[in-house]
Amino acid sequence: MNRKHVAPLRALALLVFLFWIAPAAAYAADAPQPLAGAGPVKIDPDTRNVNSGDVAWMLTSSALVLMMTGPGLALFYSGLVRRKNVLATMMQSFILMCIVTILWAIVGYSLAFDHHNPFIGGLRFAFMREVGANPSEYGPGIPHATWMVYQLMFAIITPGLICGAYAERMKFSAMMLFSALWLFCIYCPLAHMVWGKGGLLNWALPDSPNIAAFDFAGGTVVHISSGVSALICALVLGKRMGYGTTAMPPHSVVLSVIGACLLWVGWFGFNAGSAVAANALASSAFVNTHFATAAAALGWMFAEWLKSGKPTVLGAISGAVAGLVAITPASGFVAPMSALAIGAIAGVVCFFAATSLKSALGYDDSLDAFGVHGVGGTVGAILTGVFAVSVINSGCKGLVDGNPHQVLNQLIAVLVSWTMAAVGTFILLKIVDALVGLRVSESDEFEGLDLSQHGESGYNIEDAFSATYGGGGATLVNGGHGESH
Amino acid sequence: MQMIEAVIKPHKIDAVKQSLAKMGILGVTAIECKGFGRQMGHTERYRGAKMDVGFVPKVLLKVCVKSEDVTKAAGVIVEAARTGEVGDGKIFIYPIAQVIRIRTGETNEQAL
Repeated sequence: MNRKHVAPLRALALLVFLFWIAPAAAYAADAPQPLAGAGPVKIDPDTRNVNSGDVAWMLTSSALVLMMTGPGLALFYSGLVRRKNVLATMMQSFILMCIVTILWAIVGYSLAFDHHNPFIGGLRFAFMREVGANPSEYGPGIPHATWMVYQLMFAIITPGLICGAYAERMKFSAMMLFSALWLFCIYCPLAHMVWGKGGLLNWALPDSPNIAAFDFAGGTVVHISSGVSALICALVLGKRMGYGTTAMPPHSVVLSVIGACLLWVGWFGFNAGSAVAANALASSAFVNTHFATAAAALGWMFAEWLKSGKPTVLGAISGAVAGLVAITPASGFVAPMSALAIGAIAGVVCFFAATSLKSALGYDDSLDAFGVHGVGGTVGAILTGVFAVSVINSGCKGLVDGNPHQVLNQLIAVLVSWTMAAVGTFILLKIVDALVGLRVSESDEFEGLDLSQHGESGYNIEDAFSATYGGGGATLVNGGHGESH
Repeated sequence: MQMIEAVIKPHKIDAVKQSLAKMGILGVTAIECKGFGRQMGHTERYRGAKMDVGFVPKVLLKVCVKSEDVTKAAGVIVEAARTGEVGDGKIFIYPIAQVIRIRTGETNEQAL
């Protein structure tokens, strides 16, 4: 083993120990008398509760959420980078659709949703064991496999959001390795804590009185985690060459608009699908999602119009995404007019986070993953504690419904997410840097990631210098049959 | 023979082309280019990042004419391309050593 690998591998082993083994021992040592509902995740052998409406909606939602990554996020992000990096940026989203799927199937799902300890799941569902046609406690009306695949789509997009921070300068190999480690070390534990049975912060399937935090579709699990990780990535990787002095305008806001609209539509699956049923709660989450997005887009647009003099298209779509992020944790807990308020607030706050805050602190979060997801997720998570009302989601009360304590629980969940994301990402980045190196070389960065990492060009427009025109530029090698080795 | 090089605003291409045609001058080469003089360009904004784009799109027209037609041709271009606003462009004129028509091999005045 290379000497320089020893220290990071030790750190990795320590992480595994801290998260997986130690809490299990501690929990077993002084576990209080378990309440009803403790014990392994119930898999109901009786599939009569599985109903076609719920299954149809959840499978549709799964498809919608996958669409959010491909092509939603792929288009949104790639439109914002320079032309020389368009393919590489799309590839980052696309390859996660592949990598995360494999890892999730093997052990990721089990780590997130098996009942093991308050911090992480066990191996019960590894290799899709017991994940089949029978419904689980997570969704009594749908097959366990449907719940698994729905959650898979969340696991896919979350590391994808981080790409916004290291766009245009991260090595492809490092990106894949980092994302895989991040999935296991940060996403799975956090998803487990908030949504897994027995999770420390789970409001729906707790083991014993815990710190119940309301997070309907992933304000903490998805957005704070990825957003804060993005900030750490931006700080550790450093700024792009020429940042601050060279103009780096988006090469195609057109692509970004298309991507943003696909994100908006796909997000209905993200939020409304988190009701895990085709019912009134799903309808409520759907409406809230839509309302908040509209308000947020206008919030950002008007804030920018007042501050800078013109309403930009990029600003409007960024505002929409900020609203989608902020309403994510709140979507199944708040009333529609509260959703408008949450959206409007998020639109304005994220506008300042992505512009004033970023330029004041000077970090290069290339595509504002922190400004929109980190900040938006934090705002949304806290406001969920403010606006949650039990008339929408029975038993779930926030400040306006007479339960101000909920805001404290939300803050704790926010703190846990921030800490895990920040500390965990920093350690993982150092490990990956030691193993493969994080950043491309200067010449590779200058040439563009499409060519340097993938040997391709995004746009081969026909002109006098291209092969298609038959001009004097590129020529075919070996009659087009590839190199012989 | 003289080469007239005219840097003009892109939306004036048609007007200049038609005015030259009326004079009997039918061969023109047009090149898309960027330029600036006293016209400063415009400002773009992307998520708070403000950038001043110093170069303005222009078109470079090249037309080779007989020496006796130069003054008239230049005047025609100026008339057609002028808007009165900053950024109208400039004309440069310089002598040409030789002209050859590729299809027939004709030279100089016959090739124009």
